[in-house]
Amino acid sequence: MQLLKSSIGRKILMAITGQAMVLFAVIHLLGNSSIFGWLPGGINAYAHHLHSLPAPVIIGFRLGLLVFVCVHVWFGIQLTIENRGGRPQQYAVKTLQKATFASENMIWTGGLLVAFILYHLLHFTFQVVSPETAALSHPDSLGNPNVLGMVVAAFQNMFVTLIYAGAMVVLFLHLSHGIQSFFQTLGWSNDRVQPFITKAGTLVALGLFLGYAAVPLTILLRILK
Amino acid sequence: MSDHKTMTLTLIVWRQKNASDPGKFETYTAKNITEHHSFLEMLDCVNEDLIHTGKDPIVFDHDCREGICGMCSQVINGAPHGGQDRTTVCQLHMRKFKDGDTIYIEPWRARAFPIIRDLIVDRSALDKIIQAGGYTSCHTGGVADGNAILIPKPVADEAMDAAECVGCGACVAGCPNGAAMLFTGAKISQLALLPQGQAEASARVRNMSDAMTECGFGNCTNHYECMAACPKGINVKFIARMNREFLKAQFA
Amino acid sequence: MILDGKCPTGPIEKTWDKHRFDLKLVNPANKRKYNVIVVGTGLAGGAAAASLGELGYNVQAFCYQDSPRRAHSIAAQGGINAAKNYPNDGDSIYRLFYDTIKGGDFRAREADVWRLAQVSNNIIDQCVAQGVPFARDYAGYLDNRSFGGAQVSRTFFARGQTGQQLLLGAYSALSRQIKLGTVKMYERREMLDLVVVDGVAKGITCRNLVSGQLESYAADAVCLCTGGFVNVFYLSTNAMGCSVTANWKAHRKGAYFANPCYTQIHPTCIPQAGDYQSKLTLMSESLRNDGRVWVPKKKEDCGKHPNEIPEDARDYYLERKYPSFGNLAPRDIASRAAKEQCDDGRGVGPGGRGVYLDFADSIKRLGEDTIRERYGNLFEMYEKITDENGYKRPMRMYPAPHYAMGGLWVDYNLMSNIPGLFVLGEANFSVHGANRLGASALMQGLADGYFVIPYTIGGYLATVKPGQAKADHPEFKKCEDDVKSYNDKLLSINGKKTVFEFMRELGGLMWENCGMARTKESLEINLKKIPALREEFWKNVKVSGSGAELNQQLENAGRTADFLEFGELLCRDALHRNESCGGHFRVEYQDEGEAQRDDVNYCYVGAWEFKGDNKVPELHKEPLTFENVHLAVRSYK
Ligand SMILES: Cc1cc2nc3c(=O)[nH]c(=O)nc-3n(C[C@H](O)[C@H](O)[C@H](O)COP(=O)(O)OP(=O)(O)OC[C@H]3O[C@@H](n4cnc5c(N)ncnc54)[C@H](O)[C@@H]3O)c2cc1C
Ligand code: HEM
Ligand code: SF4
Ligand code: FES
Repeated sequence: MQLLKSSIGRKILMAITGQAMVLFAVIHLLGNSSIFGWLPGGINAYAHHLHSLPAPVIIGFRLGLLVFVCVHVWFGIQLTIENRGGRPQQYAVKTLQKATFASENMIWTGGLLVAFILYHLLHFTFQVVSPETAALSHPDSLGNPNVLGMVVAAFQNMFVTLIYAGAMVVLFLHLSHGIQSFFQTLGWSNDRVQPFITKAGTLVALGLFLGYAAVPLTILLRILK
Repeated sequence: MSDHKTMTLTLIVWRQKNASDPGKFETYTAKNITEHHSFLEMLDCVNEDLIHTGKDPIVFDHDCREGICGMCSQVINGAPHGGQDRTTVCQLHMRKFKDGDTIYIEPWRARAFPIIRDLIVDRSALDKIIQAGGYTSCHTGGVADGNAILIPKPVADEAMDAAECVGCGACVAGCPNGAAMLFTGAKISQLALLPQGQAEASARVRNMSDAMTECGFGNCTNHYECMAACPKGINVKFIARMNREFLKAQFA
Repeated sequence: MILDGKCPTGPIEKTWDKHRFDLKLVNPANKRKYNVIVVGTGLAGGAAAASLGELGYNVQAFCYQDSPRRAHSIAAQGGINAAKNYPNDGDSIYRLFYDTIKGGDFRAREADVWRLAQVSNNIIDQCVAQGVPFARDYAGYLDNRSFGGAQVSRTFFARGQTGQQLLLGAYSALSRQIKLGTVKMYERREMLDLVVVDGVAKGITCRNLVSGQLESYAADAVCLCTGGFVNVFYLSTNAMGCSVTANWKAHRKGAYFANPCYTQIHPTCIPQAGDYQSKLTLMSESLRNDGRVWVPKKKEDCGKHPNEIPEDARDYYLERKYPSFGNLAPRDIASRAAKEQCDDGRGVGPGGRGVYLDFADSIKRLGEDTIRERYGNLFEMYEKITDENGYKRPMRMYPAPHYAMGGLWVDYNLMSNIPGLFVLGEANFSVHGANRLGASALMQGLADGYFVIPYTIGGYLATVKPGQAKADHPEFKKCEDDVKSYNDKLLSINGKKTVFEFMRELGGLMWENCGMARTKESLEINLKKIPALREEFWKNVKVSGSGAELNQQLENAGRTADFLEFGELLCRDALHRNESCGGHFRVEYQDEGEAQRDDVNYCYVGAWEFKGDNKVPELHKEPLTFENVHLAVRSYK
């Protein structure tokens, strides 16, 4: 399979998995935003909704995401290692004309994202980080898991908020390069649309950053209680 | 024009006897350089001095000295061809520098381009990529009339944009990953745009992209440094087109 | 000796077809038993190697650059001619034939030129099939332009890079054969000798430019496609590595050198800026379609900013002298006219060696955008080199050596007088006579490579047994030893002057005394000074390093040594030819500034035979007859 072996093929797989995760991130954000009350019952009702989906759907979804992350991470590491060997000796003077901080550090921002995702899963999905506020074991008055309580409790802690906000900066960096990169890698780009795609990609990344960072920050600032 | 003003420059140049020598930087002074000297003529002057004093002159590749053969290849202060827009190093002129400047001069650095001596590298890997499929398999003689194939001007023009590549390898030298995507993408796009290239399009992109890997080039991470380095202004849209052709070929 | 070009006879339009039929064929199964060496991979060599490989011959190809794609054919900007008559403006094979004979000032063979015109159309088809992106119109048809003073639009072009694109076409065909294994490509190799066994060309001696190793290659036939020699003038539009070396070594082994004095000076090149300069850059002739050439009328004005010189103080000398052709006068005429103005003290720019090429009127008439669209890349190139904006102030131009019409003598089959040695492209003398028309050199290179040699080499090979010469034959060893001791000698002199200094000096003598205008006296000066310079070279040149490594000084020293011998031959040829024709202008032979040909005494090809070091070469003549084009005086008034 040339897709799995060749340089372009593996890049395409990375791009597709990466973009799928972006899509997930967008949906996830929309769901999260129910915390601001647009859904009757708020985020707790939303959580309940998700939990009441048929088990195979949930498992399938989670497995799918896991595969995507693994493929993305696997090829990301593989390609990066290969690329480090592409120029065995660096130039005495480093001059970059187009590359950006974000594009140069994809592997590091990606790595931080892995770490963050693990923490985030343990924190809010498996809820083992602070069991005393775990939503699943503390239902709200309607019987939904008290996600709001859990989240508010967590983000009143400055330290936790900083971790989340920091991770979102990292996500922004990763995607400010990654989204436009996806279009280029799949060949959905040319000189006319490329500047637009780059801008739009950065905007989406910024949107995700603002959206995600809004929750912990509004809680920390006691706007959301 | 101020013909009388001359400059003195400090050159820090990569010297390496042969492929197995580890190589090192040496410092030289270039004197009496006018703003009308081309960069290579400046080096010629330095070399004349070196020869007179019994030292080995700096060797570098060059031939046409008019920006079209793609032979010249030097990284100047970290920028392939010196970083002036759409300019090969042979077309770079000393008016871009100031009296007293220090200039680092290095060879193309990439795994796929082993250094032969000083500033000369082995770029035969680029030929190998073309040999893998950068052609139409037409025979000499026995082809159709040139006007039997209609190619509207905008298509012909875009194919020409891609065909402008001079095969210098600056894109590889500028790429932090040592990838040859711009070079390969340009050739694949030229032939993908033209009707003559259709018959072999999918085999071509498959074989040429494999050849890139076999020759030791890195992978693309869309930094677009290649486009900044390219003296012919080859656009990264041709990399996108190659990617598209590649995807198409997977389903062909 | 009277030379025979072995041209087919009979009605001219049948000659090539008849000859092709008469040529013997090599049995397809036997082809791979024949080894063919192709030296040079420009348009001529690249096309030949690819086509011969495809036919089934076992081909070995050589070039001195690091890739076959870099031969100096890439530098051609203007275009390539063909008699397609797509614009329906009256072109035909006959007209292209006629124009080429006339343009060459009646110093080329009719049959060769006919064949060139005949196959010109196949070339365009071939290149289109390869994917050469020729300019097209909106409907998708091939676009043409008129070029170099032709009265029909027969020039095909690919932006300002026709040569590059055509070469990439040939290179791609060659790459395909390399992949298929029919051609073995040797890059960074310089041919330093021709191996002749029992009077027949059987191989070459090369230096591997990376390792310094000397290598021998044997074959059943050798094709030299090694380009032109105008670097004998030092400053020219040729690439730094272009040399006469391959031709000269073959000449020393017995191949006749024909018409070396026919050199073309291109009128529109960027003038020299200083004495450190290493080469001159050509600006496409097409600029003269919209630019007006002038110099100040008064010497005092030469130092002024051109825009401050009023209209009536300007001398539009081409328009004045050649009212019907004006700024589009042929190359040799435009070049000489520029030199005259500068000799008269009215030149502009550094050293007073330049004339203005002014676009102000065209910009006024058509707008800057139109001019930019037509010549944008040329204006850019001009600005890069001179730092002057051609839209705002007139460009400065000066003629520069550009093309060699002369070359090794070949017969109609492109075979030299040494059996088995074929010569193609600019390296031979065949079709351009005393002057080449614009856009015809590319045509010739590809004609020779794609459509002539594949037939004619078969005619020769069918008469020889394959594989007779092997690289272990003593003659190969002897050539290698000779080259080695020659190089060792260059390395051992350890004198005071660098190779460049000698080359600059030789170039100066050639340009001064044997350039655009030649006299008996100036040529005799050179015939004294060049041997003296050569003698000094062999006593006082400094070449450091060793022969067993990459050594650019040694490469240049060898090329310069050959130029020092060849330059003398060029002057000798120019001296013997007591007439002015095409690129050869003898001041004594003119009629109010117009070249005066002498058809009674000089209507022949002059081919020189090498007689030994410092011996006078022997002249052989091949008389030229014109049965189809009436021998007439060329006039562009
Ligand atoms: C600036 C410029 C512009 C021009 N514009 C036009 C134009 O618009 N239209 C037109 O028709 N013509 C034009 N010409 C002329 C035309 O380009 C050339 O005459 C033609 O391309 C020559 O092709 P070639 O194959 O004979 O030689 P080249 O392309 O010069 O190839 C020579 C080959 O020989 C090799 N070689 C040489 N010596 C040795 C050696 N000793 N050992 C090994 N290899 C050797 C080189 O490596 C190279 O591969 C132009 C020329 C110049 C210089
Ligand atoms: C889990 C840890 C992650 C790692 C180790 C990682 C690593 C990488 C690497 C190395 C690249 C290639 C960079 C390049 O080619 O320039 C990349 C690209 C990309 N990543 Fe990630 N990433 C991770 C997570 C994510 C996440 C969570 C998302 C989305 C929300 C994402 C979206 C993308 C996108 C869209 C691309 C662009 C693909 C392309 O280049 O075409 N990544 N990633
Ligand atoms: S794409 Fe540009 S930089 Fe790369 S080889 Fe071609 S001309 Fe050189
Ligand atoms: S020397 Fe030919 S491009 Fe620079």
